[in-house]
Amino acid sequence: MALDALANVFVRLGTASRKGITRLGFAMRFLTAVVSHSGTALTRPRLVVREVYFGGVLSLVIVGISGLFIGMVLALQGYETLVRFGASESMGVLVALSLVRELGPVVTGLLFASRAGSAVTAEIGLMKTTEQLAAMEVMAVDPIARVVAPRFWAGVISMPLLAAIFSMLGIYGGFVVGVPLLGIDAGAFWGQMQAAVDWRHDVLNGVIKSVVFAVAVSLIAVFEGYDCTPTAEGVSAATTRTVVTSAIAILALDFVLTVFMFRGGV
Amino acid sequence: MTQRAIDLWVGIFVAIGLAALLFLALKVGNLLKFNEDAHGYVIEARFDNIGNLKPRAPVRSAGVVVGRVESIALDGKTFEAVARLRIDNRFQFTRDTIAAIYTSGLLGEQFVGLEAGGDTVMLKDGDTLRKTQSAMQLEKLVSQFLFSRAADGPSGPAGATPAPTPPSSSSSGVKP
Amino acid sequence: MAPFVELADVTFGYNASRTILSGITLAVPRGKLVAVMGGSGCGKTTVLRLICGQHKPSLGEVRVGGRSVAAMNREELQAHRRRLGMLFQFGALFTDMTVFDNIAFPMREHTALPEPVIHDMVLMKLNAVGLRGTAELKPSELSGGMARRVALARSIALDPELVLYDEPFAGLDPISLSVVGQLIRKLNDALGMTSILVTHDIQESLKIVDYIYFISEGRVVAEGTPEAIRASSDPFVRQFVDGEIDGPVRFHYPAPPLAAQFGAPVGARH
Repeated sequence: MALDALANVFVRLGTASRKGITRLGFAMRFLTAVVSHSGTALTRPRLVVREVYFGGVLSLVIVGISGLFIGMVLALQGYETLVRFGASESMGVLVALSLVRELGPVVTGLLFASRAGSAVTAEIGLMKTTEQLAAMEVMAVDPIARVVAPRFWAGVISMPLLAAIFSMLGIYGGFVVGVPLLGIDAGAFWGQMQAAVDWRHDVLNGVIKSVVFAVAVSLIAVFEGYDCTPTAEGVSAATTRTVVTSAIAILALDFVLTVFMFRGGV
Repeated sequence: MTQRAIDLWVGIFVAIGLAALLFLALKVGNLLKFNEDAHGYVIEARFDNIGNLKPRAPVRSAGVVVGRVESIALDGKTFEAVARLRIDNRFQFTRDTIAAIYTSGLLGEQFVGLEAGGDTVMLKDGDTLRKTQSAMQLEKLVSQFLFSRAADGPSGPAGATPAPTPPSSSSSGVKP
Repeated sequence: MAPFVELADVTFGYNASRTILSGITLAVPRGKLVAVMGGSGCGKTTVLRLICGQHKPSLGEVRVGGRSVAAMNREELQAHRRRLGMLFQFGALFTDMTVFDNIAFPMREHTALPEPVIHDMVLMKLNAVGLRGTAELKPSELSGGMARRVALARSIALDPELVLYDEPFAGLDPISLSVVGQLIRKLNDALGMTSILVTHDIQESLKIVDYIYFISEGRVVAEGTPEAIRASSDPFVRQFVDGEIDGPVRFHYPAPPLAAQFGAPVGARH
């Protein structure tokens, strides 16, 4: 009996992994399909611009406010620790490195997934449910080229820009708390930051991270929408999956990228 | 929402985003400064011990940043650390300049300090500094202090000047 | 003259264990309005999918204009679909576009016509379904019947030779229903199209179509002109036309005898 139960656990684990791997395979095949059907999206940039508006511009406020507050909190918390070592001048370094390397790409990715990614999933899912995608297909219009690819590319374009805005506002938030409020010297704040942050090693790697997250989140969002069960529950389940899968994907990819990028001091 | 309004908003968004990227690269990451560095010339300094010196640590002279540590390697024959220093073209140093590794603050980052001598010949790209002074190591310092206290009795002189490890350079010679 | 659309002994199943159509043969002559009828889930919609090439038959052949749909390559299939209009069950209007843009969509995607020409053509199509005044509304602002008419206008946007209607009457009130029915008939005759109408609304169909096929359990069980159907004594046709609960189409889904299942857990099979 106990052995049976144990076997059941393994069977379930095995089934779950098999399904997970199959889904990953489908998603990858979908990615190649999206990329190879991007001709329409790229020759008609209006399609992409429209989606950049819905994905990027409308996420601007939430991303900006979050960045500002996270930078301010980082500065306050960092001050507590740094002041014990008499190194409060390094606050600029702390705030800038945390934001540029980690928090900017990761938090923006999470916000983008829940604000824009879920909306894209719901939109595509609903188009599938109401046969709008099938209608396009019958009109000899490829829904992947016309609906999916523009949303995918809009995400890939918007998210790195949002991450940069997030980091910039975060650093500004840290400056506001650190310099006028806590009395750190403005010159030291910027100077130490500039001495410690390397544009290639830190800034560029942060941008690369945000691009990778953007591809992951956008792919998950369009894939879940396109792949959802065409019912009301199917769409809502797919929307939830987009947020959850995106969060896991971002954090896991972040670990992998960090290992490769910031390993050692070099 | 007309197409024109959407275009306008997306244009503003992209402009802000690119401005933020530029801000991160220039104001935070100091991209321009880096470029200046890349145009400088390289000199080598050999140390018995570099302590915690890291690549990209600043090179200062009289407290002013004049360049950066480009790379650090170990010479397999002499077992010395070879630090390649990239110095800004604006600054010229004499051939008998002394390079030393200092620590900013008690626990701060380490940097290379250059102290120019009186020679009339200036260093060129690829030259090696003959006189260097290794990093100060806390453990050595403490043990030296304790030994000298034990040897000299209560009125030991060791305290004020932390006896630097002797300049290593000339003995090992210059290797091309 | 060979029929314009022809299904010759077509068998189809989404997977090997469940066949949806088994050996269907039907013919639609050019210019005619033909209804394919049957209960829910009998494979009517599948017939339409086969005609527009979304599925390929397992056996048999689907021919449109004398050409096998299954044998078409990608380009030919796209060309085939451009000559065909389809009205989906609930209209499938693009919810993020206005009525105008919905009807302009196929024109903009497939033609290089200048915008003023498209503008006039869209208004013409909307006028044909009596909804010129709704051009600037969003589909969500339309009633069900109006949305169906807009979808009808969109499916004839490129003046197709063949229009497929998938349950055009589903969920409509009696007035909208006869409006849509009359439109289908009028458009068919005025534009010289061939139309296939998949529906389970027998009364409306009898009024407008030229010929009717009845499908049950994947087979054609009866066929004929509306007059012949009205006069038919076939038990299936009678059940369908008169709306009786039990007959050749069973009220109960196939199951073991009730006595055998009482007391047994759900899913246990004996």
